[in-house]
Amino acid sequence: MSTRFENRDLVIPGDVLFEGRIRTGDNTYRHEGKISASRVGLVNYSREMVSVIALEAGFSPLSGDLVIGDVADIELGRWLVDIDTSTNAILNVPDAIDAPFRSDIVMPDILDVGDTIVAKIVDMDRRKTPILGILGRGLGKVNEGFIIRLTPSKIPRLIGKRGSMVNMILNQTGCEIVIGQNGRILINGRTREQEEMAVSVIRKVEREAHISGLTNRVQEYLKILKEEKKNE
Amino acid sequence: MSKRKKKKKTTKRYDGRKPDELRPIKIESGVLPNADGSAYIEMGRNKIVVGVFGPREMHPRRLSKPNRATLRCRYHMAPFSVDPRRSPAPSRRDNEISMVMRYALEPAVFLERYPRAAIDVYAEILEADGGTRTACVNAASVALVDAGIPMRGLVSSCAVGKIDGNIILDLGDYEDKEGQADLPVAYMPKMEKVTLLQMDGILTVQEFEECLNLAIDGCNQIYEIQREALKKKYGLEEQESDE
Repeated sequence: MSTRFENRDLVIPGDVLFEGRIRTGDNTYRHEGKISASRVGLVNYSREMVSVIALEAGFSPLSGDLVIGDVADIELGRWLVDIDTSTNAILNVPDAIDAPFRSDIVMPDILDVGDTIVAKIVDMDRRKTPILGILGRGLGKVNEGFIIRLTPSKIPRLIGKRGSMVNMILNQTGCEIVIGQNGRILINGRTREQEEMAVSVIRKVEREAHISGLTNRVQEYLKILKEEKKNE
Repeated sequence: MSKRKKKKKTTKRYDGRKPDELRPIKIESGVLPNADGSAYIEMGRNKIVVGVFGPREMHPRRLSKPNRATLRCRYHMAPFSVDPRRSPAPSRRDNEISMVMRYALEPAVFLERYPRAAIDVYAEILEADGGTRTACVNAASVALVDAGIPMRGLVSSCAVGKIDGNIILDLGDYEDKEGQADLPVAYMPKMEKVTLLQMDGILTVQEFEECLNLAIDGCNQIYEIQREALKKKYGLEEQESDE
Protein backbone atom coordinates (compact mmCIF):
# COMPACT_ATOMS: atom_id res chain seq x y z
CA MET A 1 0.00 0.00 0.00
CA SER A 2 1.45 3.32 -0.95
CA THR A 3 -0.73 6.28 -1.65
CA ARG A 4 1.10 9.20 -3.17
CA PHE A 5 -1.59 11.85 -2.88
CA GLU A 6 -4.31 12.93 -0.51
CA ASN A 7 -7.91 12.27 -1.47
CA ARG A 8 -9.22 15.06 -3.75
CA ASP A 9 -5.78 16.31 -4.73
CA LEU A 10 -5.47 17.70 -8.23
CA VAL A 11 -3.51 15.31 -10.42
CA ILE A 12 -2.16 15.56 -13.93
CA PRO A 13 -1.72 12.80 -16.53
CA GLY A 14 1.35 10.73 -15.69
CA ASP A 15 1.22 11.31 -11.95
CA VAL A 16 1.80 8.02 -10.16
CA LEU A 17 -1.15 7.56 -7.83
CA PHE A 18 -0.44 4.19 -6.33
CA GLU A 19 2.01 1.33 -6.37
CA GLY A 20 0.79 -2.12 -5.55
CA ARG A 21 -2.29 -4.27 -5.81
CA ILE A 22 -5.43 -2.27 -6.29
CA ARG A 23 -8.12 -1.93 -8.94
CA THR A 24 -7.84 0.85 -11.49
CA GLY A 25 -10.90 3.07 -11.70
CA ASP A 26 -11.90 5.79 -14.16
CA ASN A 27 -9.19 7.82 -15.87
CA THR A 28 -6.29 5.76 -14.60
CA TYR A 29 -3.99 3.22 -16.16
CA ARG A 30 -1.50 0.64 -14.98
CA HIS A 31 2.06 0.61 -16.27
CA GLU A 32 4.79 -1.58 -14.85
CA GLY A 33 2.91 -2.09 -11.61
CA LYS A 34 2.31 1.63 -11.08
CA ILE A 35 -1.09 3.22 -11.39
CA SER A 36 -1.09 6.66 -12.97
CA ALA A 37 -3.67 9.25 -13.91
CA SER A 38 -4.62 9.69 -17.56
CA ARG A 39 -6.61 12.93 -17.25
CA VAL A 40 -6.51 16.09 -15.12
CA GLY A 41 -8.80 15.66 -12.19
CA LEU A 42 -9.21 14.94 -8.52
CA VAL A 43 -7.93 11.63 -7.13
CA ASN A 44 -10.27 9.40 -5.25
CA TYR A 45 -8.87 6.58 -3.15
CA SER A 46 -11.39 4.07 -1.91
CA ARG A 47 -10.67 0.81 -0.16
CA GLU A 48 -10.05 -1.29 -3.25
CA MET A 49 -9.91 1.19 -6.11
CA VAL A 50 -8.11 4.32 -7.30
CA SER A 51 -9.93 6.62 -9.67
CA VAL A 52 -9.74 10.18 -10.96
CA ILE A 53 -12.74 12.46 -11.27
CA ALA A 54 -11.96 14.16 -14.56
CA LEU A 55 -12.17 17.93 -14.81
CA GLU A 56 -11.77 17.84 -18.59
CA ALA A 57 -13.37 15.05 -20.54
CA GLY A 58 -15.34 14.64 -23.70
CA PHE A 59 -18.61 12.71 -23.84
CA SER A 60 -18.09 8.98 -23.56
CA PRO A 61 -21.33 7.30 -24.58
CA LEU A 62 -22.93 4.58 -22.50
CA SER A 63 -25.90 2.48 -23.41
CA GLY A 64 -29.05 4.03 -21.94
CA ASP A 65 -27.89 7.67 -22.18
CA LEU A 66 -30.32 10.29 -23.41
CA VAL A 67 -28.61 12.41 -26.05
CA ILE A 68 -29.43 15.28 -28.40
CA GLY A 69 -27.87 15.22 -31.86
CA ASP A 70 -28.03 16.45 -35.43
CA VAL A 71 -28.60 14.21 -38.41
CA ALA A 72 -25.31 14.39 -40.29
CA ASP A 73 -25.87 12.00 -43.19
CA ILE A 74 -28.33 9.57 -44.69
CA GLU A 75 -27.22 6.14 -45.80
CA LEU A 76 -29.27 3.21 -47.07
CA GLY A 77 -31.47 2.14 -44.16
CA ARG A 78 -29.84 4.34 -41.55
CA TRP A 79 -29.05 7.87 -40.48
CA LEU A 80 -25.71 9.03 -39.12
CA VAL A 81 -26.15 11.34 -36.16
CA ASP A 82 -23.58 13.73 -34.71
CA ILE A 83 -23.71 13.47 -30.91
CA ASP A 84 -20.23 14.88 -30.11
CA THR A 85 -18.60 11.47 -29.86
CA SER A 86 -15.47 10.33 -31.63
CA THR A 87 -17.57 8.58 -34.28
CA ASN A 88 -21.04 9.46 -35.50
CA ALA A 89 -23.88 7.47 -33.96
CA ILE A 90 -26.14 5.26 -36.07
CA LEU A 91 -29.93 5.41 -36.18
CA ASN A 92 -31.39 2.47 -38.09
CA VAL A 93 -34.80 2.71 -39.75
CA PRO A 94 -36.47 0.08 -37.49
CA ASP A 95 -35.36 2.08 -34.43
CA ALA A 96 -36.96 5.21 -35.89
CA ILE A 97 -40.33 4.15 -37.31
CA ASP A 98 -40.94 0.77 -35.67
CA ALA A 99 -41.16 -0.98 -39.04
CA PRO A 100 -38.59 -2.79 -41.15
CA PHE A 101 -36.76 -0.91 -43.87
CA ARG A 102 -38.38 -1.11 -47.27
CA SER A 103 -37.01 0.34 -50.45
CA ASP A 104 -40.07 2.57 -50.96
CA ILE A 105 -39.46 4.46 -47.72
CA VAL A 106 -38.35 8.02 -48.44
CA MET A 107 -35.84 8.56 -45.66
CA PRO A 108 -35.47 12.36 -45.87
CA ASP A 109 -39.23 12.65 -45.32
CA ILE A 110 -38.82 11.03 -41.92
CA LEU A 111 -35.55 12.73 -40.88
CA ASP A 112 -33.48 15.00 -43.08
CA VAL A 113 -29.88 16.13 -42.79
CA GLY A 114 -29.73 18.96 -40.27
CA ASP A 115 -32.70 17.82 -38.22
CA THR A 116 -32.21 17.75 -34.47
CA ILE A 117 -33.34 14.68 -32.57
CA VAL A 118 -33.67 13.61 -28.97
CA ALA A 119 -32.61 9.97 -28.83
CA LYS A 120 -31.62 7.23 -26.49
CA ILE A 121 -28.47 5.14 -26.90
CA VAL A 122 -29.99 1.68 -27.11
CA ASP A 123 -26.80 -0.24 -27.67
CA MET A 124 -23.15 -0.06 -28.66
CA ASP A 125 -22.08 -2.13 -31.62
CA ARG A 126 -18.94 -4.21 -31.86
CA ARG A 127 -16.88 -1.21 -32.91
CA LYS A 128 -18.22 0.81 -29.99
CA THR A 129 -20.36 2.96 -32.27
CA PRO A 130 -23.47 4.12 -30.43
CA ILE A 131 -26.77 2.84 -31.84
CA LEU A 132 -29.65 5.24 -31.25
CA GLY A 133 -33.38 4.76 -30.92
CA ILE A 134 -36.12 7.38 -31.11
CA LEU A 135 -39.07 5.17 -30.23
CA GLY A 136 -40.50 6.18 -26.91
CA ARG A 137 -41.99 9.06 -25.01
CA GLY A 138 -40.16 12.34 -25.34
CA LEU A 139 -37.88 11.04 -28.07
CA GLY A 140 -37.83 11.94 -31.74
CA LYS A 141 -37.47 14.95 -33.94
CA VAL A 142 -37.27 18.34 -32.27
CA ASN A 143 -39.58 20.94 -33.80
CA GLU A 144 -39.27 23.89 -31.45
CA GLY A 145 -36.95 25.32 -28.84
CA PHE A 146 -33.25 26.02 -28.94
CA ILE A 147 -30.08 24.31 -27.85
CA ILE A 148 -27.29 25.43 -25.55
CA ARG A 149 -24.14 23.51 -24.77
CA LEU A 150 -22.44 22.61 -21.53
CA THR A 151 -19.28 20.61 -20.84
CA PRO A 152 -20.44 16.97 -20.61
CA SER A 153 -18.56 16.55 -17.33
CA LYS A 154 -20.87 19.13 -15.71
CA ILE A 155 -24.14 17.52 -16.78
CA PRO A 156 -24.48 15.43 -13.57
CA ARG A 157 -24.44 18.64 -11.50
CA LEU A 158 -27.14 20.19 -13.66
CA ILE A 159 -29.34 17.14 -13.14
CA GLY A 160 -28.62 16.96 -9.42
CA LYS A 161 -29.40 14.15 -7.03
CA ARG A 162 -32.33 12.21 -8.52
CA GLY A 163 -33.02 15.17 -10.78
CA SER A 164 -33.44 17.68 -7.95
CA MET A 165 -31.63 20.51 -9.71
CA VAL A 166 -33.30 20.18 -13.08
CA ASN A 167 -36.74 19.72 -11.54
CA MET A 168 -36.29 22.91 -9.56
CA ILE A 169 -35.30 24.82 -12.69
CA LEU A 170 -38.26 23.30 -14.56
CA ASN A 171 -40.75 24.29 -11.89
CA GLN A 172 -39.39 27.76 -11.29
CA THR A 173 -38.98 28.83 -14.90
CA GLY A 174 -41.84 26.93 -16.48
CA CYS A 175 -39.68 25.93 -19.44
CA GLU A 176 -39.44 22.51 -20.96
CA ILE A 177 -35.82 21.39 -20.59
CA VAL A 178 -34.33 18.24 -22.05
CA ILE A 179 -30.77 17.47 -20.95
CA GLY A 180 -28.66 15.32 -23.23
CA GLN A 181 -25.82 13.48 -21.55
CA ASN A 182 -23.60 14.70 -24.38
CA GLY A 183 -23.78 18.29 -23.14
CA ARG A 184 -26.53 19.64 -25.38
CA ILE A 185 -29.55 21.06 -23.62
CA LEU A 186 -32.87 21.70 -25.35
CA ILE A 187 -34.87 24.57 -23.90
CA ASN A 188 -38.41 25.44 -24.90
CA GLY A 189 -40.34 28.07 -22.98
CA ARG A 190 -43.65 29.81 -23.53
CA THR A 191 -42.13 33.27 -23.34
CA ARG A 192 -38.77 34.79 -24.08
CA GLU A 193 -38.30 35.80 -20.43
CA GLN A 194 -38.74 32.23 -19.22
CA GLU A 195 -36.13 31.03 -21.65
CA GLU A 196 -33.66 33.74 -20.70
CA MET A 197 -34.11 32.86 -17.07
CA ALA A 198 -33.45 29.17 -17.71
CA VAL A 199 -30.30 29.98 -19.69
CA SER A 200 -28.88 32.26 -17.01
CA VAL A 201 -29.53 29.64 -14.33
CA ILE A 202 -27.80 26.94 -16.39
CA ARG A 203 -24.84 29.24 -16.95
CA LYS A 204 -24.64 29.77 -13.21
CA VAL A 205 -24.54 26.01 -12.67
CA GLU A 206 -21.77 25.79 -15.26
CA ARG A 207 -19.67 28.44 -13.54
CA GLU A 208 -20.10 27.10 -10.03
CA ALA A 209 -20.40 23.36 -10.64
CA HIS A 210 -17.41 22.58 -8.43
CA ILE A 211 -18.47 24.59 -5.38
CA SER A 212 -20.58 22.85 -2.76
CA GLY A 213 -24.08 23.94 -1.74
CA LEU A 214 -24.97 24.55 -5.36
CA THR A 215 -28.67 23.66 -5.13
CA ASN A 216 -29.33 26.22 -2.40
CA ARG A 217 -27.48 28.95 -4.20
CA VAL A 218 -29.36 28.26 -7.42
CA GLN A 219 -32.64 28.39 -5.50
CA GLU A 220 -31.79 31.85 -4.17
CA TYR A 221 -30.59 32.96 -7.57
CA LEU A 222 -33.94 31.92 -9.06
CA LYS A 223 -35.78 33.92 -6.39
CA ILE A 224 -33.73 37.01 -7.14
CA LEU A 225 -34.37 36.63 -10.86
CA LYS A 226 -38.11 36.31 -10.29
CA GLU A 227 -38.26 39.40 -8.09
CA GLU A 228 -36.34 41.39 -10.64
CA LYS A 229 -38.88 40.38 -13.24
CA LYS A 230 -41.81 41.40 -11.01
CA ASN A 231 -40.27 44.81 -10.35
CA GLU A 232 -39.97 45.45 -14.03
CA MET B 1 39.24 21.15 -19.31
CA SER B 2 35.52 21.06 -19.57
CA LYS B 3 35.21 23.08 -16.39
CA ARG B 4 37.28 25.87 -17.79
CA LYS B 5 35.19 25.85 -20.90
CA LYS B 6 32.00 26.16 -18.90
CA LYS B 7 33.33 29.26 -17.16
CA LYS B 8 34.25 30.73 -20.48
CA LYS B 9 30.84 30.19 -22.03
CA THR B 10 29.04 31.82 -19.11
CA THR B 11 30.31 35.11 -20.38
CA LYS B 12 30.01 34.20 -24.00
CA ARG B 13 26.32 33.42 -24.35
CA TYR B 14 24.75 36.20 -26.32
CA ASP B 15 21.76 36.84 -24.08
CA GLY B 16 23.66 36.53 -20.79
CA ARG B 17 22.27 33.13 -19.83
CA LYS B 18 24.26 30.42 -18.12
CA PRO B 19 25.06 27.46 -20.37
CA ASP B 20 22.53 25.25 -18.62
CA GLU B 21 19.83 27.87 -18.22
CA LEU B 22 16.48 27.84 -20.02
CA ARG B 23 14.87 30.89 -21.50
CA PRO B 24 11.99 32.28 -19.42
CA ILE B 25 8.88 30.18 -20.13
CA LYS B 26 5.26 31.10 -19.63
CA ILE B 27 2.46 28.63 -20.36
CA GLU B 28 -1.26 29.20 -20.10
CA SER B 29 -3.90 26.57 -20.75
CA GLY B 30 -7.47 26.92 -22.00
CA VAL B 31 -7.00 30.16 -23.91
CA LEU B 32 -9.27 29.42 -26.89
CA PRO B 33 -12.96 28.93 -26.03
CA ASN B 34 -13.82 27.49 -29.44
CA ALA B 35 -11.24 24.71 -29.31
CA ASP B 36 -11.71 21.56 -27.23
CA GLY B 37 -8.35 22.25 -25.63
CA SER B 38 -5.72 24.93 -26.06
CA ALA B 39 -2.52 26.37 -24.72
CA TYR B 40 -0.37 29.45 -25.21
CA ILE B 41 3.37 29.37 -24.66
CA GLU B 42 6.04 32.02 -24.50
CA MET B 43 9.49 30.48 -24.56
CA GLY B 44 12.01 33.27 -24.80
CA ARG B 45 10.68 35.38 -27.67
CA ASN B 46 8.71 32.49 -29.18
CA LYS B 47 4.97 33.02 -29.02
CA ILE B 48 2.82 30.05 -29.96
CA VAL B 49 -0.86 29.18 -29.71
CA VAL B 50 -1.95 25.56 -29.92
CA GLY B 51 -5.54 24.38 -30.37
CA VAL B 52 -6.68 20.78 -30.05
CA PHE B 53 -9.88 19.36 -31.52
CA GLY B 54 -11.33 15.92 -31.07
CA PRO B 55 -11.47 13.03 -30.82
CA ARG B 56 -13.84 13.58 -33.71
CA GLU B 57 -15.00 11.93 -36.90
CA MET B 58 -12.12 11.59 -39.34
CA HIS B 59 -12.42 13.17 -42.77
CA PRO B 60 -11.52 11.84 -45.29
CA ARG B 61 -12.93 8.69 -43.79
CA ARG B 62 -10.82 6.31 -45.86
CA LEU B 63 -7.67 7.52 -44.09
CA SER B 64 -8.96 6.61 -40.65
CA LYS B 65 -7.39 3.64 -38.92
CA PRO B 66 -9.68 0.79 -37.84
CA ASN B 67 -7.89 0.10 -34.57
CA ARG B 68 -6.89 3.50 -33.28
CA ALA B 69 -7.27 7.24 -33.62
CA THR B 70 -5.15 9.30 -35.95
CA LEU B 71 -3.19 12.17 -34.48
CA ARG B 72 -2.87 14.98 -36.96
CA CYS B 73 -0.54 17.88 -36.27
CA ARG B 74 -0.20 21.10 -38.17
CA TYR B 75 2.75 23.36 -37.58
CA HIS B 76 2.27 26.74 -39.16
CA MET B 77 4.23 29.95 -38.98
CA ALA B 78 2.29 33.17 -39.30
CA PRO B 79 3.54 35.45 -42.10
CA PHE B 80 4.55 38.05 -39.50
CA SER B 81 6.33 35.60 -37.22
CA VAL B 82 9.74 36.23 -38.76
CA ASP B 83 11.52 39.04 -40.53
CA PRO B 84 11.34 39.16 -43.56
CA ARG B 85 7.74 38.11 -44.10
CA ARG B 86 7.22 34.43 -44.65
CA SER B 87 4.79 32.94 -47.14
CA PRO B 88 1.81 31.46 -45.30
CA ALA B 89 1.73 28.45 -47.62
CA PRO B 90 2.92 25.24 -45.96
CA SER B 91 6.56 24.70 -46.80
CA ARG B 92 8.62 21.55 -46.81
CA ARG B 93 10.00 22.55 -43.41
CA ASP B 94 6.47 23.04 -41.99
CA ASN B 95 5.44 19.60 -43.17
CA GLU B 96 8.47 18.02 -41.62
CA ILE B 97 8.00 19.72 -38.28
CA SER B 98 4.32 18.72 -38.30
CA MET B 99 5.42 15.13 -38.67
CA VAL B 100 8.07 15.50 -35.99
CA MET B 101 5.48 16.92 -33.58
CA ARG B 102 3.23 13.96 -34.30
CA TYR B 103 6.01 11.50 -33.58
CA ALA B 104 6.86 13.30 -30.35
CA LEU B 105 3.26 13.32 -29.09
CA GLU B 106 1.90 9.98 -30.33
CA PRO B 107 3.49 7.78 -27.61
CA ALA B 108 1.84 9.91 -24.93
CA VAL B 109 -1.75 9.65 -26.16
CA PHE B 110 -4.06 6.66 -25.69
CA LEU B 111 -4.92 6.58 -29.37
CA GLU B 112 -6.22 3.01 -29.22
CA ARG B 113 -9.20 4.18 -27.14
CA TYR B 114 -10.77 6.03 -30.08
CA PRO B 115 -10.74 3.78 -33.14
CA ARG B 116 -11.44 5.51 -36.48
CA ALA B 117 -11.42 8.97 -34.90
CA ALA B 118 -9.08 11.90 -35.48
CA ILE B 119 -7.38 14.17 -32.98
CA ASP B 120 -6.21 17.42 -34.53
CA VAL B 121 -3.46 19.58 -33.09
CA TYR B 122 -2.97 22.98 -34.69
CA ALA B 123 0.11 24.95 -33.70
CA GLU B 124 0.31 28.53 -34.87
CA ILE B 125 3.63 30.35 -34.46
CA LEU B 126 2.95 34.03 -33.85
CA GLU B 127 6.55 34.95 -33.22
CA ALA B 128 9.59 32.77 -33.81
CA ASP B 129 12.91 32.88 -32.03
CA GLY B 130 14.56 29.50 -32.50
CA GLY B 131 13.40 26.21 -31.05
CA THR B 132 9.82 26.55 -32.20
CA ARG B 133 9.37 22.82 -32.61
CA THR B 134 10.25 22.17 -28.99
CA ALA B 135 8.00 24.99 -27.82
CA CYS B 136 5.20 23.56 -29.98
CA VAL B 137 5.53 20.14 -28.38
CA ASN B 138 5.47 21.69 -24.90
CA ALA B 139 2.32 23.66 -25.63
CA ALA B 140 0.65 20.84 -27.54
CA SER B 141 0.95 18.38 -24.68
CA VAL B 142 -0.63 20.92 -22.31
CA ALA B 143 -3.40 21.55 -24.85
CA LEU B 144 -4.06 17.82 -25.26
CA VAL B 145 -4.51 17.46 -21.51
CA ASP B 146 -6.75 20.51 -21.52
CA ALA B 147 -8.89 18.86 -24.21
CA GLY B 148 -9.55 15.94 -21.86
CA ILE B 149 -7.79 13.44 -24.09
CA PRO B 150 -6.46 10.50 -22.07
CA MET B 151 -2.68 10.69 -21.88
CA ARG B 152 0.10 8.55 -20.44
CA GLY B 153 1.87 11.69 -19.30
CA LEU B 154 3.08 15.07 -20.43
CA VAL B 155 5.74 15.49 -23.09
CA SER B 156 8.39 18.11 -22.44
CA SER B 157 10.88 19.22 -25.01
CA CYS B 158 13.94 21.38 -25.38
CA ALA B 159 17.02 21.63 -27.55
CA VAL B 160 20.68 21.41 -26.71
CA GLY B 161 23.48 22.59 -28.98
CA LYS B 162 27.10 23.37 -29.38
CA ILE B 163 28.45 26.80 -30.18
CA ASP B 164 32.15 27.73 -30.19
CA GLY B 165 32.89 24.32 -28.68
CA ASN B 166 30.58 24.88 -25.69
CA ILE B 167 27.50 22.84 -24.96
CA ILE B 168 24.47 24.96 -24.15
CA LEU B 169 20.83 24.37 -23.26
CA ASP B 170 17.76 25.77 -25.05
CA LEU B 171 19.16 27.44 -28.15
CA GLY B 172 17.91 30.83 -29.21
CA ASP B 173 17.64 31.84 -32.85
CA TYR B 174 21.19 33.18 -33.10
CA GLU B 175 22.72 30.17 -31.37
CA ASP B 176 20.67 27.89 -33.57
CA LYS B 177 21.98 29.46 -36.75
CA GLU B 178 25.58 30.07 -35.74
CA GLY B 179 26.11 26.91 -33.70
CA GLN B 180 28.00 23.79 -34.69
CA ALA B 181 25.29 21.34 -33.60
CA ASP B 182 21.65 21.31 -32.61
CA LEU B 183 19.88 18.48 -30.80
CA PRO B 184 16.13 18.86 -30.15
CA VAL B 185 14.83 16.30 -27.66
CA ALA B 186 11.30 15.49 -26.52
CA TYR B 187 11.05 13.54 -23.32
CA MET B 188 8.33 12.10 -21.11
CA PRO B 189 9.62 12.84 -17.60
CA LYS B 190 7.28 10.48 -15.76
CA MET B 191 7.96 7.49 -17.99
CA GLU B 192 11.60 8.44 -18.56
CA LYS B 193 11.28 7.93 -22.27
CA VAL B 194 12.68 9.96 -25.13
CA THR B 195 10.00 10.42 -27.78
CA LEU B 196 11.94 12.61 -30.19
CA LEU B 197 15.61 12.94 -30.94
CA GLN B 198 16.91 14.91 -33.87
CA MET B 199 20.37 16.18 -34.57
CA ASP B 200 22.19 18.24 -37.09
CA GLY B 201 25.83 19.28 -36.98
CA ILE B 202 28.73 17.30 -35.61
CA LEU B 203 29.17 16.00 -32.06
CA THR B 204 31.54 13.42 -30.64
CA VAL B 205 30.00 10.50 -28.76
CA GLN B 206 30.94 12.03 -25.40
CA GLU B 207 29.53 15.38 -26.39
CA PHE B 208 26.35 13.72 -27.58
CA GLU B 209 25.87 11.99 -24.24
CA GLU B 210 26.54 15.21 -22.38
CA CYS B 211 24.03 16.97 -24.62
CA LEU B 212 21.35 14.35 -24.09
CA ASN B 213 21.71 14.46 -20.30
CA LEU B 214 21.56 18.23 -20.33
CA ALA B 215 18.44 18.12 -22.52
CA ILE B 216 16.74 15.70 -20.15
CA ASP B 217 17.53 18.04 -17.24
CA GLY B 218 16.00 20.87 -19.23
CA CYS B 219 12.90 18.80 -20.01
CA ASN B 220 12.44 18.04 -16.33
CA GLN B 221 12.51 21.77 -15.58
CA ILE B 222 9.97 22.44 -18.32
CA TYR B 223 7.77 19.64 -17.00
CA GLU B 224 7.39 21.50 -13.70
CA ILE B 225 6.32 24.64 -15.57
CA GLN B 226 3.76 22.66 -17.60
CA ARG B 227 2.39 21.16 -14.39
CA GLU B 228 2.01 24.58 -12.84
CA ALA B 229 0.25 25.86 -15.96
CA LEU B 230 -2.31 23.07 -15.78
CA LYS B 231 -2.79 23.47 -12.05
CA LYS B 232 -3.23 27.22 -12.32
CA LYS B 233 -6.43 26.81 -14.32
CA TYR B 234 -7.96 24.75 -11.51
CA GLY B 235 -6.39 26.59 -8.59
CA LEU B 236 -9.82 27.61 -7.44
CA GLU B 237 -11.38 24.22 -7.93
CA GLU B 238 -8.65 22.51 -5.99
CA GLN B 239 -9.42 24.55 -2.89
CA GLU B 240 -13.17 24.73 -2.94
CA SER B 241 -14.32 21.47 -4.40
CA ASP B 242 -15.71 19.00 -1.95
CA GLU B 243 -18.55 17.31 -3.81
